[in-house]
Amino acid sequence: MNRQLHRIMVYALLSIAAFVSVFPFLWLILGATNISPDILSGKTTPGHALFDNIVKLTQQVDLLQLFYNSTKIAVIATALTLVVASLSGYAFEIFRSKLSDRIFAGLLAMLSIPFAALMIPLFVIMAKLHLINTHTAVIIPTIASIFIIFYFRQATKSFPTELRDAARVDGLKEWQIFLYIYVPVMRSTYAAATIIIFMANWNNYLWPLIVLQTNDTKTITLAVASLLSAYVPDYGVVMVATTLATLPTLFIFFVLQKQFVQGLLGSLK
Amino acid sequence: MAQAPGKTTLTGWLFKGPALTLLAFFMVYPILSSLWMSLQVGKGMNFSFGGFANMWRLTQDAVFQQALLNTLTLLVVQVPIMITLAMLMAVALNDPSLKGRGLFRTAIFLPCVTSLVAYSVLFKSMFAYDGVVNRFLEALHIMDQPIPWLSDAFWAKTLIILAITWRWTGYNMIFFLASLQNIDPSIYEAARIDGIPRWAQFIKITLPALKPVILFTTVTSTIGTLQLFDEVNTITPLGGPSNSTLTLSLYIYQLSFKFMPSFGYAATVSYVIVVLVMILSFIQFVVARERRRP
Repeated sequence: MNRQLHRIMVYALLSIAAFVSVFPFLWLILGATNISPDILSGKTTPGHALFDNIVKLTQQVDLLQLFYNSTKIAVIATALTLVVASLSGYAFEIFRSKLSDRIFAGLLAMLSIPFAALMIPLFVIMAKLHLINTHTAVIIPTIASIFIIFYFRQATKSFPTELRDAARVDGLKEWQIFLYIYVPVMRSTYAAATIIIFMANWNNYLWPLIVLQTNDTKTITLAVASLLSAYVPDYGVVMVATTLATLPTLFIFFVLQKQFVQGLLGSLK
Repeated sequence: MAQAPGKTTLTGWLFKGPALTLLAFFMVYPILSSLWMSLQVGKGMNFSFGGFANMWRLTQDAVFQQALLNTLTLLVVQVPIMITLAMLMAVALNDPSLKGRGLFRTAIFLPCVTSLVAYSVLFKSMFAYDGVVNRFLEALHIMDQPIPWLSDAFWAKTLIILAITWRWTGYNMIFFLASLQNIDPSIYEAARIDGIPRWAQFIKITLPALKPVILFTTVTSTIGTLQLFDEVNTITPLGGPSNSTLTLSLYIYQLSFKFMPSFGYAATVSYVIVVLVMILSFIQFVVARERRRP
């Protein structure tokens, strides 16, 4: 009897948690079909304003440009981060020395430095390089992500040494070992890292907010925030924009959930 | 080994080169630069050496003190609630005889795909004065009057806490779940045969095994909350009702990019966060070590 009661309580709690977690997504979709006053008065049924909201959104922002900017930044940043971070993460594990280990420990210590402490000097650097309002300025500081370097270093611990030794005996050069053996063997690690980096860049807000100043360079995330900060925001329009901004990450989540979870856990190994 | 050790060392540094070069310019230099800036006074790009003038200004600045207090309050209330929830849900979901585990896990994990801006939009609209949450609370007869989530100092803080908890509980739960799967089920089996009650099993077996994850999630959440910016800037712009949700990061942003820029002072405030992160991480590691001893 006691056991059964316990079971029921567990189901009840998990159901509440699941409902609370999922409801805002339903709210988002409902909101996209409703007019602003209905959204703010808590209407929980679908409305007929979806088409109107989309039209209004396209009148206020250049959707194509926003998606192009967001995709461009996220894709280039992800590709560069993968190359730079995996190379160094691999090397920090394979080519070890006292100095190398000390530098790595220093990097880990820097991991806890908040971005707020870096953003002012970064802004000054970008201003001196005349890169303000460019996508280059958004991308460059994110490439050498200490978190991703750490992630690859941890993952490299599971890279079989026999493979590397055999390749060395066969006379392969170090860069060939990395490119032709390490990369293919570690492809699930790369898949997980790709998801994490892509999502982080797609959702990035503070740094792009500081650096990107005109409408033609802004990302979809920035556009959502600026639509919301209007004096009287039109929530129907904001909801459509938010839905569009969330779709890519939601898609990645459902298609690659396994790798995503694995990616998060990679840093814990 | 086909190659001389000297050559492989060189290769190693070549591999690390791009990352280290970028980090030198965009991490190490900014850290030193902002430390130097924190000793400068002046507006815009006109600096002059001020020594500890900025630190003195901290002690006189009521807005800074409020931002510090707000940040610490959010931290102290939110992190323990979220970590406890994440742990409890993970323990509940770890039961193999539970039906619909995958569905529950996916649902609870789902919030972490949303961008911080996107979920701020959702929370701002759901918690409007006549919004869906107040309607719901009224329908359940929990409240007879709508809660002023966005215009009252206390409720605005509560809203921020609810929002962050919604976004990050599932994320942290994943770490707990993974760690729980590493516990040998035969230990529980033995405890069950010995007639040890469930709660005692939790305290004697589960909790000690989860210690490293509790530490990991607490440290990362603490660092995250100390840097809180996106949510407060979108849900309660300009620091909310009577600055009740003004965080340190938001204050730094305002000091540098909203008002007449005062980079030196902003850099000083940013170092307050650095010091806080260091102190709190240190305390958490010490606590973790002490607990391990007996």
